[in-house]
Amino acid sequence: MQRFSQIGLLFLSLILLGGCGYNSLQVKEEAVFKAWGDIESTLQRRGDLIPNLVETVKGYAKHEAETLEAVINARAKATSVQLSTDDLSNPAAMAQFQQVQGNLGSALSKLMLVVERYPDLKANQNFLDLQNQLEGTENRINVARQRYNKAVEIFNGSIRKFPASLTNSIILHLERKEYFKADEAAKAVPKVKF
Amino acid sequence: MKTVSYSRAIGFFFVGILFFISSASAVEIPVLNSRVNDYAKMLSPATVQQLENMLATLEQEESTQIAVLTVTSLNGANLEGFSMKVVESWGIGQKGLDNGALLLIAKNDRKIRIEVGYGLEGSLTDLTAGRIIDNIITPQFRNGNFNQGIVAGVSAMISAVHGEFNVQDYSSSKDKDSGKLSGFFLFLGVMLLNLGNVFYKHRVVASLIGGIIAPLIGWLFWGPQLFIIILLIPAGLLVGFLASLLLGNMRTTSGSGSGGFFSSGNSGGFSSGGFSSGGGGFGGGGSSGGW
Repeated sequence: MQRFSQIGLLFLSLILLGGCGYNSLQVKEEAVFKAWGDIESTLQRRGDLIPNLVETVKGYAKHEAETLEAVINARAKATSVQLSTDDLSNPAAMAQFQQVQGNLGSALSKLMLVVERYPDLKANQNFLDLQNQLEGTENRINVARQRYNKAVEIFNGSIRKFPASLTNSIILHLERKEYFKADEAAKAVPKVKF
Repeated sequence: MKTVSYSRAIGFFFVGILFFISSASAVEIPVLNSRVNDYAKMLSPATVQQLENMLATLEQEESTQIAVLTVTSLNGANLEGFSMKVVESWGIGQKGLDNGALLLIAKNDRKIRIEVGYGLEGSLTDLTAGRIIDNIITPQFRNGNFNQGIVAGVSAMISAVHGEFNVQDYSSSKDKDSGKLSGFFLFLGVMLLNLGNVFYKHRVVASLIGGIIAPLIGWLFWGPQLFIIILLIPAGLLVGFLASLLLGNMRTTSGSGSGGFFSSGNSGGFSSGGFSSGGGGFGGGGSSGGW
């Protein structure tokens, strides 16, 4: 009889350990932080490309000072707004971050459109290389954003599901995380007057 | 009579799980058959063979996996999005090294993409990938030379990634995994030893408990991986039964202690017919182009 109760106790502890969500919630939150880190590093990568790009374009398109200025300013703003992992639960901070990054994205796509007017620039190998890297970076940002949103979806779902919701409200107190939405500014096609 | 209905119930249970898995993937991803998957019929058989040989040699020497996929049409899907879904589901490259790459061609859309795994991003950069597409593949494609274009493109990809990894990297990354595996079997073995000790008179109960414990421990070690867990249910049933049988015999005869149920714990036999991908990770590196 005692053997049975021993085994029963062992089972109970195993199931409790795996089932209450104490571990899995923290693993899922960590996954959100990691995915966020990937977003930040891809955005950083985009920011790093910009000075070089601006220099290259400047040499060919002297009349586009305004567009170039807009890119430089948008980059300065974007790099000035940084989020800590605590801010991921803060809608206002998140919205601000998304806005400055979105503005940078649309300033950049405007620049890439303006550039179409300069055939010499488009033939420049240095510019082609930068364009290539910029496209790759934008794609990475997209992938990182989708993965982050997926991690957030899993996390937000799991803190609301029973019994993990109970564990969270009693012990862990983890907050729901904000999604990283596709920037509204970038969705609209930038208008360029020719 | 009763055992028949039990086995039938278990059978239904497994069919249910399999159905659940197969219905989970809604997006249509082409099946990974081999290194060269020519769904758009753009390549001659000789070229396919040549590419297969080149890529097999690369994998043998450096463990790096490159695959080729041609599709007739993207059906309106976004090139980068489709490519990402393909590599995520295929998992080209070795796990932990992430040394996989894909050359994707959408024939009717006239689009090309090179998708690069994390581990190869340093050598097959976006820039290199872009140049391979623009300067090597596209000119050939414009003249209708699909065979030459793809062979030249793949050769360029191979020479870009050449020397980045070697087989030693791969085997050392495997060692880490097998460390976890042996830890798992040790843990499982101790549990089952106790189990056999307690339930040596109740073999059915012992095997049932084994069938529950094994996937539970598997879950603790590897997380919620359905495939491993399903595999561990019958393995646990069997091992639990054997444990009770062997230990029961050991008690009654108290002599012939063979304890040889560890050898039956070989559940890691994932056979690979031809080409099997290693589960490498991708993060959107690479480049797109068209002709």
